[in-house]
Amino acid sequence: MRFPGHLLLSAALAGPTAMARAESPAGGDTTVRLTSREAFAQPLANLHGDRRTPFFVGNSFFNQNWVAAPASTAARDGLGPLFNARSCSACHFKDGRGAPPDPGQAFSTMLLRISLPASGPHGSPLPDPVYGTQIQNQALPGIPPEAQVHVDYEMIAGSFDDGESYTLRRPLYRLENPGYGPVSPELRMSPRVAPVVFGLGLLEAVPEQTLAALEDPDDRDGDGISGRLNRVWDEKSGRLLIGRFGWKAEQPSVARQVAAAFHGDLGLTTSEIPRENHGPSQKAAAAATSGGSPEVSDAIFDSVVYYCRTLAVPAARDAADPVVRRGRELFGQLRCDACHTPELKTGEWPEFPELSHQTIRPYTDLLLHDLGEGLDDGRPVFGASGREWRTPPLWGIGLVPKVNGHSFLLHDGRARDLTEAILWHGGEARGSQEKFRALPKADRQALLRFLESL
Amino acid sequence: MNFPRGPLVVLLLLAFSPAGSGGEKPALERTVIQHYATLVAASYEDSLREAEKLQAAVGSFLDQPSATTLATARAAWIAARKPYLQTEAFRFYEGPIDEIDGRLNAWPVDEAYIDRVEGDPAAGIINRPNLHPELSLEVLEELNEKEGERSICTGFHAVEFLLWGQDLDPRGPGDRSHFDYITGKDATAPHPERRREFLRIVTEMLVRDLRTLSNDWAAGNPDNYRAWFTASSSTPALQRILQGVASLSSTELAGERLIVPYETKEQEDEHSCFSDTTTLDMEYNALGIANVHSGSYRRVDGSLLEGPGLDALLQARAPELAARLATQVAASLAAARAIPAPFDQAVLGPDSAPGRVAIHTAIKAFQEQAVTLSEAAALLAKSRGESEE
Repeated sequence: MRFPGHLLLSAALAGPTAMARAESPAGGDTTVRLTSREAFAQPLANLHGDRRTPFFVGNSFFNQNWVAAPASTAARDGLGPLFNARSCSACHFKDGRGAPPDPGQAFSTMLLRISLPASGPHGSPLPDPVYGTQIQNQALPGIPPEAQVHVDYEMIAGSFDDGESYTLRRPLYRLENPGYGPVSPELRMSPRVAPVVFGLGLLEAVPEQTLAALEDPDDRDGDGISGRLNRVWDEKSGRLLIGRFGWKAEQPSVARQVAAAFHGDLGLTTSEIPRENHGPSQKAAAAATSGGSPEVSDAIFDSVVYYCRTLAVPAARDAADPVVRRGRELFGQLRCDACHTPELKTGEWPEFPELSHQTIRPYTDLLLHDLGEGLDDGRPVFGASGREWRTPPLWGIGLVPKVNGHSFLLHDGRARDLTEAILWHGGEARGSQEKFRALPKADRQALLRFLESL
Repeated sequence: MNFPRGPLVVLLLLAFSPAGSGGEKPALERTVIQHYATLVAASYEDSLREAEKLQAAVGSFLDQPSATTLATARAAWIAARKPYLQTEAFRFYEGPIDEIDGRLNAWPVDEAYIDRVEGDPAAGIINRPNLHPELSLEVLEELNEKEGERSICTGFHAVEFLLWGQDLDPRGPGDRSHFDYITGKDATAPHPERRREFLRIVTEMLVRDLRTLSNDWAAGNPDNYRAWFTASSSTPALQRILQGVASLSSTELAGERLIVPYETKEQEDEHSCFSDTTTLDMEYNALGIANVHSGSYRRVDGSLLEGPGLDALLQARAPELAARLATQVAASLAAARAIPAPFDQAVLGPDSAPGRVAIHTAIKAFQEQAVTLSEAAALLAKSRGESEE
């Protein structure tokens, strides 16, 4: 018997409609149709019966605040001692996107990656000998946080070809109150906003060959767009794997991404990454009580990974609207789709029949592209240079304001809206950006309406 | 006005009919929709009235904190829960409540976000005057969910924690002392003034939000949500009604409220963990679904509101499905009532323990009921689509 999706509408609306012809469901059979604050928080529409059990359990651990060890709730202790957040949901609120802080406020839903110039083994970022590869700006009572991150914005004026002006914000970061001695003046800093969490299972299910076929590292087809996979060192298997997740495609799988977040962001050990995020010279942190070995049990870890894999993509909306249709046309004409690949197909995944053989519309190729000097963070990660970023998926982008109450975009949230995000595109995307600036206002708005419909 | 007339509606219209071209549904559909609105309005009106009594009881408690006034406030909280829990059948379709639920009934609460807890006496907004010097309606509304989905500081469960405290007793609920609210040498906790203010504010917010919901659904206002809802086409209105009860039954009740504590066996995951009234939550949630199904609602004053519900509509349109659903709704309510209190003890032990068997039975009952509600929605949408072709 069929178990209902959260939304009856997904079943009720199935069928040939004008909308379906214009834009197939974003996540194939997994798609949910919801536009509320909970739009990103639903299980796959085709996940039925007992298959939902680990989703709900994972959701509970994703949301819960972890506490210092020892605590009466042993399953939920081990936080820190150095951390960025107490829960996954603190940054990925309602499974959505984080934002930069208000001026003068502390980072709360984004973080700062750091490293020294040059590279570590296999191209990995070279950790600072004291502070490692990420600034944890919070700590348990009695232990110094690593530092506070301060951001200022320099305003840059510009104008569209039709004379309408705009202002972009270029962020400048500095560290204040370092807790473990002065930081190297050479330190490379890369701020990262928490990205949305839904749809990860579908992206993981896209076969490696599909992505490899999209690569064009030497631009043999001469279209000005290269694109290549990041290949990242997997310490567990001791192999190079293709990177799919994170702003620099630095994580090869949802499991590694989740483990890295528990490790780096919450200070929680897992079987996957069994060490804490502080170094031996951070003595106050090193002396803190452990919450068990590992602090996140395998069962809890597995449920959180399952949860992240089975969060559904919300359906696109208003696809038959003439303005949206015009925007979709322009998206192609401006060649936005050269990197924001509209459609991919998932392969066979025996553990997840729900995610297998789906035609999806993520608007990403998962490849690295040179976005130019303006977005250069100067911090290479494996194959990704400072100027290179993974094409982020665009599905659900129009619902972020509803779910998270803001419209900040790009890896550091510098863009205050879609227009600014487009205008920051340089490097390989420069041509598309310039074409956008040259569009008449009505067409610019049509393109934005299309993006908001996703 | 705080309701969206937005995207979902557009989507539905697009999917079902070019706007305005569809013929109007027969009278029964309209009557069922009208009566649903009447039932929703009565339910929120009762919730508001009981919340006002809670506010009065909290006021008396704060005026003269004693074991007696605290017990009265707790009883008023439980009484206010009963009508409110039934209104949860009106969630999950982007109606008025879906804008407000996050500060009205969010759970589970990380109690350390509000006040001190065992092992961390300095925890919580109450004990951090340096971070939050002023407590106000605006401040607490802003802080709610600010540090994650469990960082809840408003709504029913915040009030619950402030009245009962942590539940550290396996046999009974939390046992916060009224001395937590007394200043001077008898105080049992620091910052009693802030605790008093906190409780007063969150109770006031509860009443304010329920008043908003009650107004959104009140009859006779041409500009409120009810006016829009009852004037909208039958098919999307019925889809919303069904989506609400099906979502409460499957994702919320079977999923988040029962499967999670059943799997983790942890008090942290039960719905009303401070007062040990989780079994009441299950019962009155199930009753809320049954109300929408039958069209009958037993009001707090004892009177019975009656009219055609989903059952009447389905009996006319799909008798076989109607019979199946009626059995399942009755079974779900019975299964919810059969879960033994306290819930935090019922989840413990082997799967053969009576409490766990009862919870498992309820999970299955809610899931099966939701399947049929889903079928009903598909069927009603389909019959509309065919009639247009």
